[in-house]
Amino acid sequence: MAKTHYESVVVLTPVLSEKMLQDAVSSFEKLITENGGELIHKENWGLTKMAYPIQKKTTGFYQIFEFAAEADAQIVDKLELAYRRDEQVLRYLCIKLDKHAIKYNERRRNGEFKKAKLVDNTSTAPIAEAKVATITSEEEE
Amino acid sequence: MAKRQKYTRVPVIRPKKYCRFKKSGIKYIDYKNPDFLMAFINEQGKLLPRRITGTSLKYQRKVAVAVKRCRHIALLPYVADQMK
Repeated sequence: MAKTHYESVVVLTPVLSEKMLQDAVSSFEKLITENGGELIHKENWGLTKMAYPIQKKTTGFYQIFEFAAEADAQIVDKLELAYRRDEQVLRYLCIKLDKHAIKYNERRRNGEFKKAKLVDNTSTAPIAEAKVATITSEEEE
Repeated sequence: MAKRQKYTRVPVIRPKKYCRFKKSGIKYIDYKNPDFLMAFINEQGKLLPRRITGTSLKYQRKVAVAVKRCRHIALLPYVADQMK
């Protein structure tokens, strides 16, 4: 059976220390890989200002995972359960990616949209970070 | 007294609207990019209708989903007074 691609965005509280953030992220990563998911890409936006306050907090750590898994693996259920149990998570979003989205994300990772969105000052830094992340993941392979 | 002139409607010539997604071949609308989605919402943060943006139905649906996802992860506000 063909694997389905998913994308997950988590907003974590800004009160976390660097180490706690790393721990939280790695625990979610572990959950994905242990449940038969294949982590394709991860991205950290760092401390980002939110459009409206959530639990009286105006900023949050944004973390994005893209992973592939069997469609009936229930990995998303498990991941969402973990998000809901974790008090550090302010918001989460898990979506299934269609074929256009997969292509788009690949292009985004390769930094193709850097020039097209010069107006977009906030996303230039994350894209740069994303590039670093992809380079490191390639090294691991 | 001068005879009242008959009213004739002068047609206003506007450039034809087009769907920007069809024109530039965009297939996927990224919900993580609020600056791009700003083009499809008004100052209050509400979705703009198709008749104003010219988006085709197929892509208007995708825009709506993207804006809603973007709001959920707090990159766009649900309500705002002046955002532009």
